[in-house]
Amino acid sequence: MRIDGKGLIDRTKPVRFRFDGKDYAGYKGDTLASALLANDVRLVGRSFKYHRPRGVLTAGSEEPNALVEVIGPKNQTPNVRATVQEVFEGLETRSQNRLGSLRFDLLAVNDLLWPFLGAGFYYKTFMWPRAFWEGLYEPLIRRAAGLGSLSGRHDEGTYEKAFAFCDVLVIGSGPAGLMAALTAGRAGADVILCEESHAFGGRILSDGGTIGGMPAGEWLAQVLAELEALPNVRLMLRTTVTGAYDHGTYGALERVGLHKPARPNLSRECFWRIVAKHAVLAAGALERPVAFPDNDRPGIMLASAVRTYLNRYGVSLGKRVTLFANTDQARAVARELMAAGVTVAAIIDPRPDAFSVEDCPVHVGGEVIGTRGRLGLTGITVRKGAETFEIETDCLAMSGGWNPTLHLTCHMNGRPRWDEDLAAFVPMEGAVPGLVAVGAANGSMSTHGALVTGHAAAVQAVQALGRKAPDLPLPEAEDRPYVLKALWAVEGKGRAWLDFANDVTTKDVKLAAQEGFRSVEHMKRYTTQGMAPDQGKNSNVAALAVLADATGRGIPETGTTTFRPPYTPVSIAAMGAGGRAEGFAPQRFLTSDQASRDRGAPMIEAGLWYRPSYFPKPGETTWREACDREVRMVREAVGVADVSTLGKIDIQGKDAGRFLDFVYTNTFSTLPVGRVRYGLMLREDGHVLDDGTSARLGEDHYLMTTTTAAAGLVMRHLDFVHQAFCADWQVRFISVTESWAQFAVAGPKARALVQSFLEETVDLPFMGVAPVRVGGVKGRLFRISFSGEEGYELAVPTRYGEALFRDLVARAETMGGGPYGMEALNVLRIEKGFITHAEIHGRVTAHDIGMEKMVSAKKDCIGKAAAQRPGLWGPEREQLVGLKASAPISAGAHLFVPGMEIHRETDQGYVTSVCWSPTLGAWLALAFLKDGRNRHGEKIRLVDHLRGIDVICEVCDPVFHDPAGEKLRA
Amino acid sequence: MRLRCPLCGERDRREFYYYGAEDYLHRPAADAALAEWDAYLHLRDNPAGVTRDLWYHEAGCSQWLLVTRNTVTHEISGVELVAERKA
Amino acid sequence: MRYSGLRVITEGLFGNRGWTPAWREPSPKAEYDVVIIGGGGHGLSTAYYLAKNHGITNVAVLEKGYLGGGNVGRNTTIVRANYFLPGNSEFYSHSLKLWEGLEAELNYNVMHSQRGLINLFHSDGQRDAFVRRGNAMINQGDDAILLDREGVREHLPYLDFDNTRFPIYGGLLHPRGGSARHDAVAWGYARGADKRGVDLIQNCEVTGIDIENGVVKGVQTTRGAIRAKKVGIVVAGRSSQVAAMAGMRLPIESHVLQAFVTEGLKPVINHVVSFGMGHFYISQSDKGGLVFGGDLDFYASYAARGNLPMVEHVMEAGMTLMPMIGRAKVLRSWGGIMDMSPDGSPIIDRTHVEGLYLNCGWNYGGFKAVPASGWCMAHLMATDQPHEVARKFRLDRFATGHLLDEEGTGSQHNLH
Repeated sequence: MRIDGKGLIDRTKPVRFRFDGKDYAGYKGDTLASALLANDVRLVGRSFKYHRPRGVLTAGSEEPNALVEVIGPKNQTPNVRATVQEVFEGLETRSQNRLGSLRFDLLAVNDLLWPFLGAGFYYKTFMWPRAFWEGLYEPLIRRAAGLGSLSGRHDEGTYEKAFAFCDVLVIGSGPAGLMAALTAGRAGADVILCEESHAFGGRILSDGGTIGGMPAGEWLAQVLAELEALPNVRLMLRTTVTGAYDHGTYGALERVGLHKPARPNLSRECFWRIVAKHAVLAAGALERPVAFPDNDRPGIMLASAVRTYLNRYGVSLGKRVTLFANTDQARAVARELMAAGVTVAAIIDPRPDAFSVEDCPVHVGGEVIGTRGRLGLTGITVRKGAETFEIETDCLAMSGGWNPTLHLTCHMNGRPRWDEDLAAFVPMEGAVPGLVAVGAANGSMSTHGALVTGHAAAVQAVQALGRKAPDLPLPEAEDRPYVLKALWAVEGKGRAWLDFANDVTTKDVKLAAQEGFRSVEHMKRYTTQGMAPDQGKNSNVAALAVLADATGRGIPETGTTTFRPPYTPVSIAAMGAGGRAEGFAPQRFLTSDQASRDRGAPMIEAGLWYRPSYFPKPGETTWREACDREVRMVREAVGVADVSTLGKIDIQGKDAGRFLDFVYTNTFSTLPVGRVRYGLMLREDGHVLDDGTSARLGEDHYLMTTTTAAAGLVMRHLDFVHQAFCADWQVRFISVTESWAQFAVAGPKARALVQSFLEETVDLPFMGVAPVRVGGVKGRLFRISFSGEEGYELAVPTRYGEALFRDLVARAETMGGGPYGMEALNVLRIEKGFITHAEIHGRVTAHDIGMEKMVSAKKDCIGKAAAQRPGLWGPEREQLVGLKASAPISAGAHLFVPGMEIHRETDQGYVTSVCWSPTLGAWLALAFLKDGRNRHGEKIRLVDHLRGIDVICEVCDPVFHDPAGEKLRA
Repeated sequence: MRLRCPLCGERDRREFYYYGAEDYLHRPAADAALAEWDAYLHLRDNPAGVTRDLWYHEAGCSQWLLVTRNTVTHEISGVELVAERKA
Repeated sequence: MRYSGLRVITEGLFGNRGWTPAWREPSPKAEYDVVIIGGGGHGLSTAYYLAKNHGITNVAVLEKGYLGGGNVGRNTTIVRANYFLPGNSEFYSHSLKLWEGLEAELNYNVMHSQRGLINLFHSDGQRDAFVRRGNAMINQGDDAILLDREGVREHLPYLDFDNTRFPIYGGLLHPRGGSARHDAVAWGYARGADKRGVDLIQNCEVTGIDIENGVVKGVQTTRGAIRAKKVGIVVAGRSSQVAAMAGMRLPIESHVLQAFVTEGLKPVINHVVSFGMGHFYISQSDKGGLVFGGDLDFYASYAARGNLPMVEHVMEAGMTLMPMIGRAKVLRSWGGIMDMSPDGSPIIDRTHVEGLYLNCGWNYGGFKAVPASGWCMAHLMATDQPHEVARKFRLDRFATGHLLDEEGTGSQHNLH
């Protein structure tokens, strides 16, 4: 119910929203939880395993129960914390994890079966009969498990990522964080202050009090006004710092648009990468529940949350509230409720020496041992010494003390330290380099302590930055001692919940210990405690205490599990922002891209590039028709293909030739100027890295080409070889792949076509290179061939690429030629036995491809030594061969001796490339076959089980077309 | 994770390519025994603690870097250019 | 104690007071026939099969932390037999067969679920490479089905077929591939080994290996010296440190691999889906969490935690492939220490020290190997001969060049 005169909500701005199909009203500033509670909706969810009715437990992102689905116009979001989600006009939500309605969930039958569903029960059963596991048991378990639902539709929402840099990152905006931000801000440091909630102030918003002699809210407003005015301070609301990573990097999630009605281009979330020289963790502390029997009913809430709903949202969870708490601090909520006109039925304080004078009954030394109310709390049972009695109540506020919010300090393997006085873990100093925990996050539980430690950490940071700390008087604030008697669990009949979200009770933890799962990690894994959406925030320490008790050890000896990133769950879409569709990887386009598309060419991926597959002509119905035509066109007339994707590395210097001799197996220092040579490059482990041609453009000037796939790899390799082994050599190189557009012109009419573009006549020998002028532009002409025909490659600066391509193609067409695509290019090279990365796939040696003679005996080169290992050569290895067949064959097929059985041991090799050859009128393949070079002429059986192909082929030399190379040299 | 490139200053890990231990710098003589090549290519101290390894500023200055780094804490205590390394 | 549905019901009716510890907590004896260093999946299965297959029960497993605390308890739980190089093929095939009988074998429900693994491909070249793999799987006697684009759509209708950066050409379906409950595998083997007399000794770190005249004599530990006739090193990411105690330098570099799990969700992904172009693989656990991962962080590390660049890369891969998972929230990320070998394949072999055996180099594919790894390691330690399906996992293969490089990326540890 709403309490008049309380809360920071804007009562002038009513908001309508829906939950489970029903309309409700709230105010701007409400969370879904506060607005539902204001409407007396206590039942908001069902638990994970037993489908117990559940209500709101907390007022923050650590909420284990109040998880709902938010229904947007186009999609739905599961597992949204009602305690974080702000209400807005038209917000549509529904409860989740139920079969039937929220009030009558059919799966609540699980709760009756609880004796059989304890920790780890599934490891012990569902094994017989075997087929039933996958057929019956598992599908049932899967359907019952899980919480909310994804829609199965693409998430079309907008998400962003951003980088930010600062001197001091302050995490949390309670008194400690504000003081730290103000101190560092006044010193002139670049400050980022992140606040998870939708308002700055932390517990000030919930607890009120006085700071510096004024109401805390007033102090907050003053500090915020000053911070907002400082140009070096950036205030980030709705931003959770989710992870601490190496070298001052933090991940943070900003909820940009989740509190507003969806509209196009409104970003939902932004994932920040913040690099900070210093960080101040002022994230406060989280109150912890007490495990007493049936402590999970709607209406049972953390005392601090009851206080937050009262003071920040003007809501009381009940009309007759009871408090069960073991600290003095928790008493404030009872007093404030009474002051607001809410009845407090009783205060139950388990501490035998607790203060007993309040304006309501106080049961010192009492414990809650039971609760009533199927869908919401109606009463509790209290035990005090030997007597037990009932109290009628509709809201039980509980507190078992506080746990510092130290999660970020564990993200880099820091183990927290047990503090006996606080009965809590506190951060290990220096656990995250550059990060200092202050205030309640470091166990300073008073407002005064928060202000002092926040200020001190900031002073330390600004001084380390070489700045002068400002003269900032510390405001006065309450400094009461925090005294508690640890109370983790209350013994009694029935189940007492530790992990509300995963339905783990004290019985489960004890059973784990009984069965030998005594290590805290074993207990966690066996019971699943701490693995639910709240990541154990509400249960880790208590579960540990129960385990310690069950195993007869102390808490420090029992140890603790580690908190891992993220601090609160982060959507995949936010951390993966920008990855949707083509955003995942860069797209590289040829200068001829549009010209190819204009001609209707389907574009296919080649690494990051897009290349034309083929250029269809009217009347052609399959890619094969186009491909066959393009192959014949090259063999009979002339074809033009864009080969600019090949890597191009410009290498210059006195030692350039020597350097190439070192990285290639063969020799380049002897190559005459104006000539091109094919080169083979090995990895240092003796396998083929890449192949390509290098041209000598001048005495000290080479141009290397690499395959498309290995362009980056080779560049990195060259840089390494140079800098690691011969940094003193006079050689420098740079990638010029994107500086030149290069076109292959191949076929009997290639010379005529090329010549028609040149300003002077150039008569190049095979494997020659010359500078040329094309339409007034300086270019380069190479006489090289990847097709087996007389071939040229004409290169011009990239900006002229498109124009030249269009002209080349147009003029080729007048000669009976035209463009050809990747399919034809592939057929042409297979016919000629030229290899690509289909063949040099990383496991292949020079010996395997018949190029061992290219490894010069006269010099050292990268990979030469390791290639001599006995396993890298010899007849047991598979060697490159050609295969010829009259029926369709396929790449990926394996090879067998005809008549022999087919299995792994009889496998003779495999096929890497296949084509229909219009030139030879046969199916051709390149393949690797054991001892293949000695088996030319043999018949071999090609088997592709997957495609149902089983064909006898003839083994032959891989060069099918023009083996003497007469056409190349024509 | 951030690395301080001697030429470019402190940069995000995304700009760098990692190769492996500094062993790759100690290339045996061409005629060394195969065992030496085996050790060079494959065998590693692989310490849980301070090590020196090779990073390439691929999206930056193209320099290979010799980084002194702790494999347990990820603390980086030194970065030098491979081309100008001392030893 | 035998587990069964009936037992669960009977115990439930009587307050679950009758359950006994899954394993004893013995103190180390002064001497064992065999000491296994490492109480992870591979070490525990080795001990189990030593006892079960070879009758060697005077065995201790020494674990410096808690049983199953290493990579077996922090992986993405994928079980498959889709290798194509002889040497790997038969080994993983054997492992998958053991998985298929593991519940009955161990009387422990490891929730092995053969929901089918689909490897997507995105070009003709990749298709051919996967066809080669699929044919090798069939030649080995395993299963593989080639799916075209429409075939993939039938199985995985939620993928972004229209806009994803690397269009989906098809997939290789491995119907017997799937997943299992990782912790249960460790616990099942531990319980089985313990039942057969193996001493599982936790919180016992090995600090030295005693060797005399080239023969192993035992180990030094934080809980005292333990004599042993044979010692097996089965410590994954820590292999280099333990082997160094025997004077060995291994072909291993330790790297961090991160993995992720989301909050629980109703069933939405039924298969294991692998997206090679993006280095992304995903499945949904029986509890409802999406379990997924990607590639190594790529730098040598023992930190068991990673950094944001790879985290974001993995999420981006998920978003381009299956944007319907965008609103699932990552609950937890973690890192494991991977023992990366120079060819991506493991080592199960003798060492230069008599009686000292080595099992390592699982890269990031060790989980599915747990049954066969233990089976073969036990065989090697019991008979001094390599098991038939693991005979190519030799320590000297890098020196001799008899490599098992499925990826074809060469002798760079982090590329496998």
